Amino acid sequence: MAKVSSIVIDPLSDNNPITIQVLGICSALAVTVQMETAAVMCVALTAVLTGSNTIISLMRNHIPNRIRMIVEMVVISSLVILADQIMKAFLFDISRQLSVFVGLIITNCIVMGRAEAFALQNPPKESFLDGLGNALGYSIVLLLVASAREILGSGTWYGLHVLPSNYMGNGMAALAPGAFIIVGLIIWVQRSITHKYETD
Amino acid sequence: MQKDDKRVLTFATLVCVTSSLLLSAAASSLRNRQENNIILDRKINVLQAFGEEVKDERGRKIASADRVQELFNQFITEVVLDAATGEIIDGLAVADVSESDLEQKNKLPLFLWNEDGEVTRYAFPISGRGLWSTIRGFVALDRDLATILGVTFYDHGETPGLGAEIDRPWFQNNFVGKRLWEDGELLSFKVWKGAAPDDHTHAVDGISGATITGNGVTQFLNEDMARYDKFFRTIRET
Repeated sequence: MAKVSSIVIDPLSDNNPITIQVLGICSALAVTVQMETAAVMCVALTAVLTGSNTIISLMRNHIPNRIRMIVEMVVISSLVILADQIMKAFLFDISRQLSVFVGLIITNCIVMGRAEAFALQNPPKESFLDGLGNALGYSIVLLLVASAREILGSGTWYGLHVLPSNYMGNGMAALAPGAFIIVGLIIWVQRSITHKYETD
Repeated sequence: MQKDDKRVLTFATLVCVTSSLLLSAAASSLRNRQENNIILDRKINVLQAFGEEVKDERGRKIASADRVQELFNQFITEVVLDAATGEIIDGLAVADVSESDLEQKNKLPLFLWNEDGEVTRYAFPISGRGLWSTIRGFVALDRDLATILGVTFYDHGETPGLGAEIDRPWFQNNFVGKRLWEDGELLSFKVWKGAAPDDHTHAVDGISGATITGNGVTQFLNEDMARYDKFFRTIRET
């Protein structure tokens, strides 16, 4: 059994879901034009991932192996729909901006990946922490990408003007190609620091 | 094997029933709040079309729900037009019009902005097909019934980052001051592909990568304006 602290800390850097495992890229590209949407996405994903990991871990000894994936899917999608409903009720404007991407948490590989790789074999407490660690690892990268894109793309950070007002927004940073480049750069920096490469 | 099948079935049923109960409980307990949000959002969009400052430059609402209601009570009256005749249907409130009459545009809601006993601005809903979805919004006209005070789009399912940009202020602001009517005739308004020619009175810049969304807006804006123009004509003549 891995130490509790390493369960949370590993996914922040050495085993980061986005930069090392390259999961959850879709939303890392889609919702990172502004800090605000990215931050809400991080909160939503954290809630869903810790929730699904805990619930699946609680059921792990009862889930029939043949239908385990479909059961994981039901748990995850229920949590996502719940999160979406809550956002529509309490964070109406942001939920409109995130549009389909909240629903797409269902297909975020990190959630299913952690359920399969961790929650099915480990007790609830560790699974909860694993979910938390991975969600935080995802959030760090998402917020980094969003910072870079919002500053380069619109000259603002969390809606505050940080560059001179005559700064012309870089259109590419606001569009998908900019996100690809920034995610790529982050992966490069991360891997040269942690020395984790795919060996061939 | 048989025993295993039974276990699988039982487990699957249990999971499904639990999660559906949970979700329906959540949905029904949050429904009121969600519906209020939608109603408030529409009112904000009407006010925004009228040119009131209810949103900041990033499209977030800055007016409180109370303020919105206050503005509505103070300035706005709603009437319903008969699409066939272009006349106001006396005594019919927007809330009493059936959903299908609204959808098929047999009955047309119209928002009147009253100041000092006079109607000074007009706003009406517009809707039609974009690329993926039905786009809904509002247009407001000045008292000359020709100049656009504002356009908003509040409900759509267009591509995020491309067609979905129609709900952003930068796109909507382009409509302000453009004209829909000139010298006794309706102008054919156009969302240009690319940048519209300078000083064009009835065209706005399109969104690159969202030509079909723009064409949709062009089409339903003109169609809906023509519907309301039956009524507007009678006012311009008097």
